[in-house]
Amino acid sequence: MSDFPIIRRTDRVLVQGMTGGQGTFWTEKMIECGTCVIGGVNPKRAGSSHLGLPIFGSVAEAVKTEQVDVTLMFIPPTLAKDAALDAITAGVRGMVILTEHIPSHDVLEIFAAAAKHGTKIVGPNTAGLVTPGAGFVGIMPGHNSNIFKPGRTGVISRSGSLGTLICLNLTRAGFGQSSFIGIGGDPMIGTTTKDALVALDHDECTDAVVMVGEIGGGMEEEAARYAVSMKKPIVAFIAGRAAPPGKRMGHAGAITAGDAGSYAGKRKALEDAGVIVVDAPRDIATALAHATKQKRAYHTA
Amino acid sequence: MILNEGDAKKLVLAPAGINMLQGEICATAAQAAAAVQRLGRCVIKAQVPAGKRGKAGGIKLVSTAAEAENVAAEILAMRIGDYAVQGLLVEQCAAIAQEYYVAVLHAPVERATLILFSAEGGMDIEELAATKPEAIRRFIVRTPDDFSVEDAKSMLTGLDVDIAGISDLLVKLYKRYRQTDAELVEINPLALLEDGRLVALDCKFILDDAATYRQSELASAAASEEPTMLEAKGASQGLKFIELPGNVGILANGAGLTMTTMDVVQHLGGTPANFMEIGGDAYTKGEAALALVLANPNVQSLVVNFCGAFARTDVMAKGVADAWKVLKPDIPVFFSVHGTGEDEAVALIEDEFGVTPFDFMEDAVQAAIAVTK
Repeated sequence: MSDFPIIRRTDRVLVQGMTGGQGTFWTEKMIECGTCVIGGVNPKRAGSSHLGLPIFGSVAEAVKTEQVDVTLMFIPPTLAKDAALDAITAGVRGMVILTEHIPSHDVLEIFAAAAKHGTKIVGPNTAGLVTPGAGFVGIMPGHNSNIFKPGRTGVISRSGSLGTLICLNLTRAGFGQSSFIGIGGDPMIGTTTKDALVALDHDECTDAVVMVGEIGGGMEEEAARYAVSMKKPIVAFIAGRAAPPGKRMGHAGAITAGDAGSYAGKRKALEDAGVIVVDAPRDIATALAHATKQKRAYHTA
Repeated sequence: MILNEGDAKKLVLAPAGINMLQGEICATAAQAAAAVQRLGRCVIKAQVPAGKRGKAGGIKLVSTAAEAENVAAEILAMRIGDYAVQGLLVEQCAAIAQEYYVAVLHAPVERATLILFSAEGGMDIEELAATKPEAIRRFIVRTPDDFSVEDAKSMLTGLDVDIAGISDLLVKLYKRYRQTDAELVEINPLALLEDGRLVALDCKFILDDAATYRQSELASAAASEEPTMLEAKGASQGLKFIELPGNVGILANGAGLTMTTMDVVQHLGGTPANFMEIGGDAYTKGEAALALVLANPNVQSLVVNFCGAFARTDVMAKGVADAWKVLKPDIPVFFSVHGTGEDEAVALIEDEFGVTPFDFMEDAVQAAIAVTK
């Protein structure tokens, strides 16, 4: 299928939980933004329509008559496993799971099924994906053109709010975005920093990458091992430098234990891989301007 | 959530049929003395959700009830790591032939479960991994509930241990990890006694916070985490609040942006007074959140840093303005507001506070630090 986790205008999106308050609000925004939403799922309202789109009883039901490339889940944590398994066993190739606080043993079952059926998952606990000019899937202000503008910088972020701020800063500095990939704040997620980096590395619309990491886990270190081989410049910011050790900082994944997942370890791994790591969000655009100019000079030399 | 050793043994290991030495959980020195009277020579162990209890003096051998009473009183008065001792486990002594390490835990990078065994137990697994990584056997369970005795035997091949006995224990432990929504269940050491029995001498158990709704017995037995009074109040209101030693109060939305605000305060030479995140479902709780941040008497100035994706900045700004009228704090506040609901939020802040938000969060932070000096 498509370039998932990069979202494209041609991706046909089914929204699980579209009829709820948040599902309705964000589906309207997605449609307004150009996303190809083809319908929703609600077992209790199968056969009806909502926002002018058909509501199916399940994803399995929807795929009988519709081509579905991506599903987006507005589903509470206790029901998330069943909803995800519905989409996975129906053969959907890409899923965006927004839900926070899904029990981790349910998440293990979701990933095992996804691996078996070949489904790519973004999240859980992500704010979603944005491709400015093409559409968005999730709970990002993808429709706000002060924040997201088409361009050639790919952005990877664990956090929705910080990712939004960084895209805004980039837009104001003249760097539009080829794609925003929100990977989620949980420790165990379907698309890791490295997976997103690989996607942007292979993406012809992306010239440079901004990576927004957080303390905790080993994803930035894993991404650094891949970054070594990349020609596209990468600028990174890692949140949590001032966080006290041993405390969970809001995101379940953002916790350090001893040296594991520490700010210093991540920064060193990235810098050793040639990634430019900045101290404050404002410095990202400056570093990017410098890095892209340097790269261009290098390539033309 | 972490369970103390005694509770983990009773609620996690015992139902799985994993052997342990005879023991009793005690709350007082008198109870400990009575337990030693019944059990004979014992080890008294501090119950506290921290490691290195032995090194800290929290684990002592006693022979008589009188000795037990004194030692128990001493241990109960101790602090270990960041915690006051929360109780005692009084356990019979036994002659140990070998000590092993066993654990079942989440493997985030593999999106699977990791099973670990080492014939060299007793020390920290991190230490062992650093000094003798070849002494650790690993097995990844990719499909939940698909871990058999044969799988366990395969990971122990070639080791000079009771392979049948340990394989049986690994399968039991894995099943229990699945049943209890564990993030980690670790037995270190698992002891081979001189009489040939395999017994769990210690147990560490971490419950997935997201699964407490279906693990109420385990959740209610969780070790006390000693939050500050304000942190406990925050938790009861569904707010993620952590007190820090500095003087710049922080109110932001989203874990990433909140951490970043703290980082920028530190980077520009200030000291953050708290972590307070009102993003996600909590974005309507601006009023309660502000009350908590300002209840810390060290706060000399406040940074309000919102960037709305899911969270609406106009709703959050209204919460702050409403709280401000009630609390009437005598400190300066510096805003930076972008994203969903920005225009309404900025207009409201200009109306209510007579200031225009800073364009860059770094400038708001800089201004907040300047007035604390």
